[in-house]
Amino acid sequence: MIRLQNINKTFRIARRQSGFGHAVKALFSREHELVHALKDVNFEIQDGEMVGYIGPNGAGKSTTIKIMCGVLTPDSGLCEIDGRVPWKERVAHVRDIGVVFGQRSQLWWDVPVIDSFELIRDIYKVEARLYRRNLDEMTALLDLSEILKTPARSLSLGQRMRCEIAASLLHSPKILFLDEPTIGLDAVSKIAVRQFIKRRNAEHGTTVILTTHDMQDIEALTERILLIGKGRILLDGSLDELKKRFPGGTSEEMVAALYKEYKI
Amino acid sequence: MRPYVSLFRIRFINGLQYRAAALAGLSTQFAWGFMNILAFSAFYRANPAAFPMAFPHLVSYIWIQQAFLALFAPWGTGGKAVETIVNGNISYDLVRPMDLYNRWFIETIGDRVSRAALRCVPILLVAFILPEPFRMTLPPDMRQFALFLVSVPLSMCVVTVFMMLDTIFTFYTMSRYNAIFIFTAEFLAGGILPIPFFPEPFRTIAELLPFGSMQNVPLRIYSGDLAGMDALKAIALQAFWLAAMLLLGKLLMKHSLKRVIAQGG
Repeated sequence: MIRLQNINKTFRIARRQSGFGHAVKALFSREHELVHALKDVNFEIQDGEMVGYIGPNGAGKSTTIKIMCGVLTPDSGLCEIDGRVPWKERVAHVRDIGVVFGQRSQLWWDVPVIDSFELIRDIYKVEARLYRRNLDEMTALLDLSEILKTPARSLSLGQRMRCEIAASLLHSPKILFLDEPTIGLDAVSKIAVRQFIKRRNAEHGTTVILTTHDMQDIEALTERILLIGKGRILLDGSLDELKKRFPGGTSEEMVAALYKEYKI
Repeated sequence: MRPYVSLFRIRFINGLQYRAAALAGLSTQFAWGFMNILAFSAFYRANPAAFPMAFPHLVSYIWIQQAFLALFAPWGTGGKAVETIVNGNISYDLVRPMDLYNRWFIETIGDRVSRAALRCVPILLVAFILPEPFRMTLPPDMRQFALFLVSVPLSMCVVTVFMMLDTIFTFYTMSRYNAIFIFTAEFLAGGILPIPFFPEPFRTIAELLPFGSMQNVPLRIYSGDLAGMDALKAIALQAFWLAAMLLLGKLLMKHSLKRVIAQGG
C-alpha cells in the first residue's frame, strides 16, 4: 500500500534577467526563488490499483513520483510504501518497484538491449528462471525479439519505450511507476504499451501509477484519477464521476474544462 | 558481488567499442611521448648529472605514463557520473538497489581499464623496439616488477576515489567544468613533469599529497627510481590515501544525496 501524508517539497531556483550585465552580476550574487512544487499532498493507493496521475506541466507529478521512488527527499510529510519510507530505506524499497521515466533512458546507449537487460538482471539479482520467464513473456507481448540485439541508440522511440517498459519489469516489481510512458509514441506503439500494462496489472496484480498528458491513456488504463495542480491534489475520483460532471465532449475537452475550473 | 562484476563488464564492453577514439588517443600519446623524450634528451645532453632521475628511468616513466594514461589520468573519466548528476539521469541510478558510490566507482574503474587495454599494448610494443635513446627498458629485477604490479591498481584506485570527490562536489556546484582543478591535479601528480624534478621543499610536499600517490609511485617503481624501503613506504602511503579519500567520499555522498535535486522533467 502507498500512503502519502502532508508531503511538501520546495525547490530553490536561480533566476536572472537576460543579457550580459545580468549574467556578470549573477556571478557574484544570485537571486533565488522558492518554488513550492508540492503542498500538503495526501493520498492512498491500494495494492493492485491502477491510478492515473494527471495535471498540467509543472504541476508536481514527476516530483511526487520521484519522492515515491526514493530519488527525492521531501521537506516534510510522511510517505510510506509497503511499510517503508522510500528515501530512508532506498535500497530495500527500490527492489520492489519498477520505474519508467519516459523522458530518460535506462538502457545503455551503445550496447545491445539484451546486454542492458542482463545488467539489470544482475543488479536486482533476479533468479535465472524468473528472468527467463519474464523475458520470454515480455518478448512475446511487447514484440521484442527483433530488437533485443540492437544497440539502444539505433532504436526508434516506440521500440525503445517498449524495451524501457520491459527493463522496468524484469525483476517482477510489486509497484510500477510510469512517468509519461507514451510520450511521443505513434498510435500503434501507444496501443501496444497500454495493452501490455493492462495485462500486467490483471495477471500479476502489479500496482500501476501512471502520469500522462494523453487522456486516452487514462481512459484505456485507469479507473481512478488523481488530479494535481500547482502542487496540490485537487481531485481524487473515478473517471466515470468526472464524466458525469462534464458531460459531452471528448476526454481532452473534459480535462481542459477541469483545468479551467481549478484555474491551473 | 554479481552486480559489480556485471557493471564492470558492461562498462568494459562499452569502452571497447570506441576503436576510433582509441586510435586517435594512440597517436596523441605517441606524439606526446616522443616530444617529451626529445625535450628531456636535449637537456640531459647538456649535463646529465644536473637531473634527479637517470635518463633511462625517465624514458620508462614517460612510456608507461603514455601506455596507461587512462588508468592514472586525474581527468577524462568519471565524466559519466558527473553528466548523470547535471542532466538528471541520476534518477535511474537511484532507483537501483545499489550503493551509488560503489556503483560509480566500479563503473569508472571499468571504463579506465577498458581504455587502457585498448591503448597500452601497441604503445608498449613500440616503446620496447624503438632505437636508443627512446627505447624503454625492462624493470631491474622481479621484486621491483612485483612492487610495480601492486602499485598500479592502488594508483588507479587513488585517482578514482579522488575523482569521486570531484563528482560528489558536482551535487553542490552543478558545474561540469573544472579546468583549473584538473590542471592542478595533473601537475601535482607528476603528469607534466615527474615529481623528482620539483625543487625542495615542493618535492617532499607533492610526494606526501594524495596526488603524489597517483602515477608517481608505479612509474618510478618500475624503473627502480623508487626502490627498497622507499618504495614500500610509498605504497603504504597510497593505501592510506585510498582509505582516507574513500571514507571521505562515502560520507560526503551520504550528505549530498539528501539534497539531490533531479534536474528536469
